Amino acid sequence: MDKLVIADREFDSRLLVGTGKFASSEIMAAAVEESGAEIVTVALRRVDIGNPQDDMLGAIDRDKYLLLPNTSGARDAEEAIRLSKLARAATGINWVKLEVTPDPYYLLPDPVETLKAAEVLVADGFVVLPYINADPVLAKKLEDAGTATVMPLGSPIGSNQGLKTRSALQIIIETSNVPVVVDAGLGLPSHASEALELGADAVLVNTAIATAADPVKMASAFRCAVEAGRKAYEAGPRAGTTKANASSPLTGFLRNQ
Amino acid sequence: MTTRIAERHAGSQIGTLLAETGLGADRDLWQRRLEQVTAEDVEAALQSKPGSYSIDRLLALVSPAAEDYVEQMAQQSQRLTIQRFGRTIRLYAPLYLSNYCVNSCQYCGFNRDSKFDRVRLTIEQALAEADVIASEGFSDILLVSSEDRESMTMEYFTELAARLRGKFSFIAAEVYQMTSDEYATLFAAGIEGVTLYQETYNRDTYSRYHTGGPKSDYDMRLRGPDDMARAGMREIGLGVLLGLANWRLEALALAEHAHYLIRRYWQSHVSFSFPRLRPAPQVDTVKFKHLLSDRELVQMILALRLCFADAGLVLSTREPAGLRDHLVRLGITKLSAGSRTNPGGYSGRGKATEQFRVDDSRTPAQVASMLRKQGLEPIWKDWDRGFSQP
Repeated sequence: MDKLVIADREFDSRLLVGTGKFASSEIMAAAVEESGAEIVTVALRRVDIGNPQDDMLGAIDRDKYLLLPNTSGARDAEEAIRLSKLARAATGINWVKLEVTPDPYYLLPDPVETLKAAEVLVADGFVVLPYINADPVLAKKLEDAGTATVMPLGSPIGSNQGLKTRSALQIIIETSNVPVVVDAGLGLPSHASEALELGADAVLVNTAIATAADPVKMASAFRCAVEAGRKAYEAGPRAGTTKANASSPLTGFLRNQ
Repeated sequence: MTTRIAERHAGSQIGTLLAETGLGADRDLWQRRLEQVTAEDVEAALQSKPGSYSIDRLLALVSPAAEDYVEQMAQQSQRLTIQRFGRTIRLYAPLYLSNYCVNSCQYCGFNRDSKFDRVRLTIEQALAEADVIASEGFSDILLVSSEDRESMTMEYFTELAARLRGKFSFIAAEVYQMTSDEYATLFAAGIEGVTLYQETYNRDTYSRYHTGGPKSDYDMRLRGPDDMARAGMREIGLGVLLGLANWRLEALALAEHAHYLIRRYWQSHVSFSFPRLRPAPQVDTVKFKHLLSDRELVQMILALRLCFADAGLVLSTREPAGLRDHLVRLGITKLSAGSRTNPGGYSGRGKATEQFRVDDSRTPAQVASMLRKQGLEPIWKDWDRGFSQP
């Protein structure tokens, strides 16, 4: 399989995973290991980012995984920027998954504040991976602002509904010059496969793994699904049709000529 | 039966809404509706959109008819809670600052007419208490005070908050009702959540139990959460004191209030607490006619979860350990632990009278260990002061 390249860094895995909602840090660590992921996102609100003794951070081997702090919970650009800078000052990590989610119920991303924060953070030297709604115009504006990826949602975060934004995702994938990581809403491995088959460069999964009855096994299932989806994409899938087309109803008469 | 109350009243104030629907005072209508709910209505409610609110759906779930469906409700509630919150429970500790009070709430051990040695903590004493709380692992602290404006001043809260910020990632307050400007001052100082119980949504019952002091104004009390939301509070805690009035009707009014707030102030997160009236040193619970059984408390918690998938559901140490251990698997998302409800209780200096009897007296470590045994991750930190403070 091709490698995934984000901000000049190469990754073998096209599955990014989140660390929330697990029953314990041990189960989380085992699931992350089994997922084969190389990029692991962690909510700054949940961890004491500057403290190596922190339970959750301690469970993630930073030599093995790229730790991607996220700003989940930030209500506006100002909060997201402040939090990103604090995290960088404490850890030296200059990658950030930018989440500006002013509504605490659906946690939908604020396009205006996200763009504003992205511009400031990119100018300040951050590698910015913004979480966005599946909005093709916003995706282009963020790319122009210099973000390393765009991360459109498949459906609302934690909803497990799959690719409800499929047609908009297709436009983003078709028009984007930066990697497209489908983030949020993927409830089943088949949803992840579908995203990769469409041509998404990667997916990010958390709830579907963390809340499965067996999170470690589900992590493995997502790993297989992402690999299968990517292979299928590289193999060049033929567009499906609803009917078999063995005959030539309009030009069949020519055969007798 | 279609009521569509929320739609009709989208533009009005919560007080008007409760008055016009009859949930605030004349509640015979709702009592009748509750009694008319059939098993078919409950089944329909269980099959319609899990996690979303309509008053008809909640009416079915809190009805007597739904008592036979508590197990199904519990299973649905568990599924929803795991999906939205994961296998996690947030932990917090209350810090009682003062039990001087100008109100005369008839159910409260701190009411102004009670005779006991009152205590108010100086900032230094409060910080000593907070040190104990922090040393137990807490990062989420709730400042609690009765209505003692004389010493619990805005300056007191802002200074205390400033000095707590280094130790705690989230500071909330459960104090006397303030104005929107005062809430804004708290927010700027780093107090980012406020809990204010209406105690009861039944206006007559409210008047009967709140006979003196500023808190006796029902309408003013009802406006409190609007003022918090306008001040930018991230967390708004609602609740009724269970035992004062018919819990089924209280649940309906509480839910209408929450729904109103969620639609109007879309950036604030609403949570529900479930304080059950408990024996207190100065209060005789025998005179209360509406005390809830465990089964009724569980039905109320489940019904609210099934209507508000993302609301925080909070349970204090008022409840016994055995019940708490079950409820953490059924929809509760936040627990206090190791609580001392007397000012000065943590550092051992105070032998002050407690507000209510703590029924789960396990240490925070023991509660965390209980959670882990049940396959739940105890979460000490779920916020970061970096969001709002440089």
